[in-house]
Amino acid sequence: MSETRDLVREAAERLFEKHCGAEIMRRTDGGEFPQALWCALTEAGYTAALVPEAAGGAGLDMSDALSLLVSAGRHAVPAPLAETMLAGWLLSAAGIPFPEGPLAVAPVREGDAVTASRDGTGWRLQGKTGRVPWAARAAAIVVLARCEERNLVALAAPGDCRIVGGANLAGEARDDVDFSGVRCSVGAFAAPDAAALRSLGAVMRSAQMAGALQSVLETSVQYARERVQFGRPIGRFQAVQQNLAVLAGQAAAATAAAEAAIEAAAHNLHSPAVAAAKIRAGEAAGIGAAIAHQVHGAIGFTQEHRLHYSTRRLWSWRDEFGNEAYWARRLGGELAAAGADRLWHGITAAG
Amino acid sequence: MASIDNLRFEPPPPFPEAEVLRAEVRAFLAEHLPKRAITEGVGSWGGHDRDFSRKMGACGWIGMTWPKRYGGHERSALERYVVLEEMLASGAPVSGHWVADRQSGPLLLRVGTEQQKNSILPRIAAGECSFCIGMSEPDSGSDLASVRTRAAAVEGGFRVNGTKLWTSNAHRSDYMILLCRTGEAGEQRHGGLTQFLVDLKATQGIAIRPVRNLAGEHHFNEVVFQDAFLPGASVLGEVGSGWQQVTGELAFERSGPERFLSSFTLLVELTRALGPDPSERARIALGRIVAHIYTLRRLSRSVAGMLQAGANPAQQAALVKDLGTTLEQEIPEIARQLIDAEPDRASTQDFVTVLAHTMMNAPSFSLRGGTREILRGMIARGLGLR
Ligand SMILES: Cc1cc2nc3c(=O)[nH]c(=O)nc-3n(C[C@H](O)[C@H](O)[C@H](O)COP(=O)(O)OP(=O)(O)OC[C@H]3O[C@@H](n4cnc5c(N)ncnc54)[C@H](O)[C@@H]3O)c2cc1C
Repeated sequence: MSETRDLVREAAERLFEKHCGAEIMRRTDGGEFPQALWCALTEAGYTAALVPEAAGGAGLDMSDALSLLVSAGRHAVPAPLAETMLAGWLLSAAGIPFPEGPLAVAPVREGDAVTASRDGTGWRLQGKTGRVPWAARAAAIVVLARCEERNLVALAAPGDCRIVGGANLAGEARDDVDFSGVRCSVGAFAAPDAAALRSLGAVMRSAQMAGALQSVLETSVQYARERVQFGRPIGRFQAVQQNLAVLAGQAAAATAAAEAAIEAAAHNLHSPAVAAAKIRAGEAAGIGAAIAHQVHGAIGFTQEHRLHYSTRRLWSWRDEFGNEAYWARRLGGELAAAGADRLWHGITAAG
Repeated sequence: MASIDNLRFEPPPPFPEAEVLRAEVRAFLAEHLPKRAITEGVGSWGGHDRDFSRKMGACGWIGMTWPKRYGGHERSALERYVVLEEMLASGAPVSGHWVADRQSGPLLLRVGTEQQKNSILPRIAAGECSFCIGMSEPDSGSDLASVRTRAAAVEGGFRVNGTKLWTSNAHRSDYMILLCRTGEAGEQRHGGLTQFLVDLKATQGIAIRPVRNLAGEHHFNEVVFQDAFLPGASVLGEVGSGWQQVTGELAFERSGPERFLSSFTLLVELTRALGPDPSERARIALGRIVAHIYTLRRLSRSVAGMLQAGANPAQQAALVKDLGTTLEQEIPEIARQLIDAEPDRASTQDFVTVLAHTMMNAPSFSLRGGTREILRGMIARGLGLR
């Protein structure tokens, strides 16, 4: 790990710690937008972490930038940080200036497509997309559309789109957006296609899940040390210890898988490490959340306790940008096609 | 925070040179891998072939990280890792030197006398000398500190009485590293233990008897010591420090690629049997297993990097072994649901015989080298719960 990455993460941990306290978590859970947190994220340069320095960005290398999201996941940062980073990456690839405010990206679901056609000096969009993170709340929606057999990045105003608001299990906005007839004045062709966008989104959710699992582990271990039953801390019971050891294994596996994907993404978004991370972290999310709740007993099942800020995100993130089955089907299909005698080669080549 | 810091995995250090070595190892295997039954690779390091071990020694691939003056090659732990994983993935017959290279040699390096190191390490590195581990006994498995085999001080050395059990490859080994009681346990239960370097070929009073496993195979043994005399020079390390020495040894034992590749031959044969265009269900299963292997490989290389850097990642090693053996045991259970075949060791179809062998060996994966429950206990200690 680079030294910059350690420094970046330490600074990020401090910022998240300060701005994601109990009160903010409670209010954002009720639908409020965390304005102070957002200003801090912007000031620190995190929202523009994937925008090159020359284009006004933070000038972090891609892996350092993505590893911020592990810390963000640890703190369940209740704001569209990953989404705005992703938007910055797309915009930079198209040479479009990075606008202010939280940004959304569409489409995010396999099968959803937006098309664009020229309209005077601008572009006109067609198509519906489901479960777009933060669309209604965004300052702009960055759309990756097909146009003249190429990939067009365009900026759409949420006010121009027909948006039906929704949310994931964690209460994070996931909106259905109908772009039909929406006019965009800003647009440019770019290299990234829907598959690349999906891959980078998958790396981001894997990083966030790894962070969330670390936090769930810490919370659970802490609770097991404090909660007393039968005259001793429950962490003294072997059954509880064994469960927490399994949780630790899942957190470690998710972290390792996410780190591998973060490294790979910087030079190859189609690396098998990306699929592996989403598969492995997604599986860890389910096992880890279940153990954390078991260890916490009824108190962890309440709205008052903070555990659910992490576990509800884990249950949501594992299904976003392709679930385990989606990525495993792709990875398994490639490996099968390459054949049995190339299997080991495929594993070692992923690094 | 503290809870995670103890179990932190440093990213494996980048090491592009290792890929050059990988190509050399693959070329070597293409030429020298002996024709053998496909099932020999099942269970990791199963096959025993002195000739093959000598050839590997000649390539400089045994004792790779040891000092040159003891026959080693002063290469890095990550280069060694490449050799290990390539050997296991190809099912190469490496058991003739596996234990000596992984565990006994490094232990000798750390605590051995000059004389012991000079006489033995170069022979291990040449692939000429094999070791077995005499720790477990009939009444001492997980509770290793309770061993009862006793070495009593006598004129010029020790007289040993007792029984070791489950000793893998004792019948084919030149030396055993024997854990014995030499004194009282004391309050911590860990005192009074001593390790000995036992020359199995030259020592009187040792009887080695096969114990067949449930597959009818002979890998492990019962080793009975009856008034066996060990010269004073065969004490390994300090008298009474056996416990510390043994626990140091186990970090090396637990985190290697052999802890997640034991069922790899089956995965290869499963892939072959599924063909290039398998069902959706099979793709998902295959992709998931390989995602686990990618991750385990990174965790395991991370431990190799930490060992190289001089750290003692014992708890991380336990965690890798727990995750790895869980996957190894899952693979036959998944494979059998994807191909409609009944496991049969006598079958002429590779998938079917490998499935049969893997299935029957699988229970041992989470027993040997420390049981799942014991490993999870170590992880819980790392979390500060014990
Ligand atoms: C294939 C194979 C090769 C082996 N090779 C060698 C070798 O070369 N040299 C050698 O010395 N040994 C060897 N062993 C022995 C191995 O180290 C032991 O099997 C292992 O340490 C467990 O001991 P045990 O079998 O006596 O089981 P036990 O310790 O009796 O355990 C039985 C069950 O009880 C559980 N248990 C025990 N204590 C606890 C506890 N405190 N908390 C919770 N659960 C507990 C265990 O996890 C296990 O599930 C080998 C074993 C196998 C299977």
